Amino acid sequence: MLRWLGRNALRAYTGLALVYLLLPIFIVALFSFNDPVGKTNYTWVGFTLSHWANLFAIPGLLDSVVVSLRIAFISTLAATTLGTLAALALVRYQFRGRPATSLFIFLPLATPEIILGASLLTLFVAIGQPPFFPLNEFTILIAHITFNISYVIVTVRARLSGFDRRLEEASADLGADGWQTFWRVTFPLILPGIAAASLLAFSLSIDDFVITNFTAGRTTTFPMFVWGSARVGVPPQVNAIGTIFFVVAVSAVAIGSFLQRRRA
Amino acid sequence: MADVDVRLVNVTKKFGDQTAVDGITLDVSDGEFFTLLGPSGCGKTTTLRMIGGFEQPTSGLIELKGEDVTFLPAHERDVNTVFQSYALFPHLTIFENVAFGLRRSGIKGDEVTSRVGEALELVQLIGYEKRKPAQLSGGQAQRVALARALVNRPAVLLLDEPLGALDLKLRKQMGIELKRIQREVSITFIYVTHDQEEAMTMSDRIAVMNKGHYEQLAGPETLYERPTTRFVASFVGASNLLEGKIGSDGESWTVTLPSGDVVRAPKSLGDIGTGGAIGVRPEKLTLLEPGQESKGNRLDGTVVDTSYLGVLTQYTVEGAGGLRLLVSEQNVDRTTRSDTWRPGERVALTWKPEHGFVVGDSKSA
Ligand SMILES: Nc1ncnc2c1ncn2[C@@H]1O[C@H](COP(=O)(O)OP(=O)(O)OP(=O)(O)O)[C@@H](O)[C@H]1O
Ligand SMILES: [Mg+2]
Repeated sequence: MLRWLGRNALRAYTGLALVYLLLPIFIVALFSFNDPVGKTNYTWVGFTLSHWANLFAIPGLLDSVVVSLRIAFISTLAATTLGTLAALALVRYQFRGRPATSLFIFLPLATPEIILGASLLTLFVAIGQPPFFPLNEFTILIAHITFNISYVIVTVRARLSGFDRRLEEASADLGADGWQTFWRVTFPLILPGIAAASLLAFSLSIDDFVITNFTAGRTTTFPMFVWGSARVGVPPQVNAIGTIFFVVAVSAVAIGSFLQRRRA
Repeated sequence: MADVDVRLVNVTKKFGDQTAVDGITLDVSDGEFFTLLGPSGCGKTTTLRMIGGFEQPTSGLIELKGEDVTFLPAHERDVNTVFQSYALFPHLTIFENVAFGLRRSGIKGDEVTSRVGEALELVQLIGYEKRKPAQLSGGQAQRVALARALVNRPAVLLLDEPLGALDLKLRKQMGIELKRIQREVSITFIYVTHDQEEAMTMSDRIAVMNKGHYEQLAGPETLYERPTTRFVASFVGASNLLEGKIGSDGESWTVTLPSGDVVRAPKSLGDIGTGGAIGVRPEKLTLLEPGQESKGNRLDGTVVDTSYLGVLTQYTVEGAGGLRLLVSEQNVDRTTRSDTWRPGERVALTWKPEHGFVVGDSKSA
């Protein structure tokens, strides 16, 4: 009896936790099919597919999505490449300033976003008054790469520290030079870590608001667009785009873990 | 004398202020099964890693087939290694693991298939090509590691305790198989182990290492019959060492024990130096009744312990002055004889002087 209770209480608790987590997302998705009266989209009126059919009917929405995606892709690529190389250096080599570097990596993770954003803004302004160093998509990119590198390094480093160096020695022993050893042994083995890191970086970049807002100038990213439109009423198209992002992200993670399971 | 395959000249390796390998000089001949034997931490792996190119000597010279390779990187040496941990690539199939070295040297297509096939046949693993290393038993993984190295037909194969992770039975079986393969492919093997039995059964020659250098380099028989240092005498098999005042009497060394007894060994057995000793293996000692006549060396004592080991029985005999000696007797007459030695009995121990051995001054004190 007590056993039965124990097992089912755990189930009920898990179910409640999931509902608590997923309910807001469900509401967002649901209201993308709402047909609201007036500007606000807070009460259910009726079902329609028209917002999905006219996804980019709202002026500026499409542009902001494109900007966000571009920044997310480029900053992910740059941060993953630089971060992976940095993680390799930190794990593999003893050099002057290594402990300090390890510490600095944690700073962007530990600093409140608002401080990081403000300090980046100060930096960009100090480097040169506009128009020498104008705040635009490029400064957002730099900001995103900055914090993403830290996340990538931490993720990849965790994968690397469990890496058996003797595999690289075995590779060299069998006649592979450093380059071949990296691509044939090291890289395939740390690839899951790199993939996880880039997924993380992408999702951090695409929904960042605080830091982006400081460094954007007159550029508008998707989160900034949502924030801006929230004051007058969020159009259901925003819900639709949010739903798409959510589905794509969940599928990416699902495919990732499926591939990893098949590999092992 | 066959050609020299591997030559180490005064090779030293220091890690910080700790000396791991201390001036080793040795030659390994073509096709030889050469073993580095020694206790944990004596520098065996470090020596092997310097030959393989994973570690650079602090000083000294390493030659492969007459060519100086001291600073040649690992991937340019005609040497392959079987690592203690096997180090199979977990993301590649068994086939690709074995083919790895061939592909790196630019071999393609059918030749890869046929040579991998040959190598897997040699280690009796045909049919495992598509598996991943995680799907193998320890013994199978070890054989894949061997095949992966042998398939490249290196001049020299280095093996670092390749049987260390296996259970005793598999270890013996794999040992015999290793020896068979070595004869079949006639590649020079440099084998590292801390197991003296393994070393004795497989090797042509053994270097017994201690604290970064080797104390004796000889064939298994010589190591056992004529150990030249105390360390070798006690590390390879069991020994009784008789310590005391050293003297000389014609053709013999003499050692006067604290009890006053004198034991002898012919000078032809080796140099006792100024701090050496006379030794004798347990099976060369004969137990007699205290009154029985004997020739040669003789000590009196009391049996304090016996243990029956099947093939033989081992006795511990305590002599005058607390000297303890190990004696082993074959159990030939055991079934018919009832008067085996029992604890507490007085006995005499005898052996012929030429059945002993002489150890010299300790190199590492
Ligand atoms: N990379 C290293 N850095 C510092 N010291 C080392 C390093 N490698 C080995 N040593 C030291 O050198 C000595 C010899 O080590 P080595 O690994 O050669 O011993 P071994 O004979 O192979 O022992 P085992 O039988 O335990 O494998 C040891 O005292 C060890 O602590
Ligand atoms: Mg070792």
